[in-house]
Amino acid sequence: MDRIRRLPTGVVWALGALPLALLVWDTLAGKLGVDPVRDIEHRLGRTAVYFLLASLCITPILRMGRVNLVKFRRPLGLLAASYAGLHLLAWAILDMGLLWPQMLKDIAKRPYLTIGMAVFVILLLLAATSSNKAIRRLGPLRWRAIHRWVYLAAPLAVFHWLLAYKVWPGKPLAILGLVAILLALRLPWLRDGHQKVKKTVIKSGG
Amino acid sequence: AVEKPNSFEQITNYNNFYEFGFSKTDPADNAGQLTTDPWAVEIGGLVDRPGSYSVADLAPANAVEERIYRLRCVEAWSMVIPWLGVPLAGVLEKAGVQPGAKFVAFETLYRPEEMPEQRRRSMDWPYREGLRLDEAMHPLTILATGLYGKPMPNQNGAPIRLVVPWKYGFKSIKSIVKITLTDRQPVTTWQAMQPREYGFYANVNPQVDHPRWSQATERRIGAGLLGGRQETLMFNGYGDQVAQLYAGMDLARDY
Repeated sequence: MDRIRRLPTGVVWALGALPLALLVWDTLAGKLGVDPVRDIEHRLGRTAVYFLLASLCITPILRMGRVNLVKFRRPLGLLAASYAGLHLLAWAILDMGLLWPQMLKDIAKRPYLTIGMAVFVILLLLAATSSNKAIRRLGPLRWRAIHRWVYLAAPLAVFHWLLAYKVWPGKPLAILGLVAILLALRLPWLRDGHQKVKKTVIKSGG
Repeated sequence: AVEKPNSFEQITNYNNFYEFGFSKTDPADNAGQLTTDPWAVEIGGLVDRPGSYSVADLAPANAVEERIYRLRCVEAWSMVIPWLGVPLAGVLEKAGVQPGAKFVAFETLYRPEEMPEQRRRSMDWPYREGLRLDEAMHPLTILATGLYGKPMPNQNGAPIRLVVPWKYGFKSIKSIVKITLTDRQPVTTWQAMQPREYGFYANVNPQVDHPRWSQATERRIGAGLLGGRQETLMFNGYGDQVAQLYAGMDLARDY
């Protein structure tokens, strides 16, 4: 575990660039199938959700597994925001063909697009306040309050995904369940209850 | 303007046929196992000659003609497809429509052994659709048995399916086993599931949006990465032929 912790954060960035590289490769190789626009758009969106989920795993891993991966959280969050940005660009340029009047009307009128945009604005805000300088300037309390918005962004992102379907498909529903678990682990009684158990274990072990 | 049909490859690898899975490629992956021969279509209800008909009875090879139609999906994408088929009107006349009949109800095959999504309770199977009798008798409405001069691929609704080009694609029910003439508006699968989102008529209409997305424009499959969108036409561009069917109706209410 120590070995993982000592890896430079550049490794996360390199791994994080892989889904994009694969997508570019598949696009150029014509492997995207009949409707590449849809595939590009959806793959970017899904990747954003996966990195958001990964960033939410850091704290539970620290508390329950007592492994400190906190230094990887910032690149994971920034990757989520970057993929969300690319997803938005794919929607605007490839899917909507930059039809501004319809795009703006749809964002205002269509719940799944309103929600998607809200998620993007939150992620943009978190990305913009992610630097050490921003943390110093805001102070840790205010910074933490701002970054708690991720607890709203994550479920909303999956909700945005679900609302684009005509049925209730299994995969995003499972991901929504995962988000619920990751958020529930942060509820005081679950968090503290677990710590109590841990203390007893340590006591009886010692 | 004459529009270029989509390729056979595109038409057979981008399908909504939920019996085989919810993704666009699931039907091409899973429909191979469907047995389409022998096949029987049961025609019943308010008809003079009810009974079980074979595909050859309904669409004999010498009667089949090519119809190149636009297909507009309710999900705001579209294609152009060269179907092979026969007018539904002729089929219904053969069965002898009785004067009391006002609607036509259709049902897709229910065979969970060969249709994996039917083994889950994800929808109320079998899939059901319906038309008003005058819509069913309209010369544009066909029962299709093939495309691109070939027998109908399984993922496109083999061996026989409905095609109603001025309505959203989900009305064009696939792999039909039952046609019933009735005096009452039949319950259709999507309308029963989400009545606010999918109406009985489901006419292509750029002015009446789906509650969750706009229907003003559509993306033509195969237009390329930067193909953009095109305006959706009223009745999918078939208004000259079909608008009179809905004279005096409020299409925002009867969507």
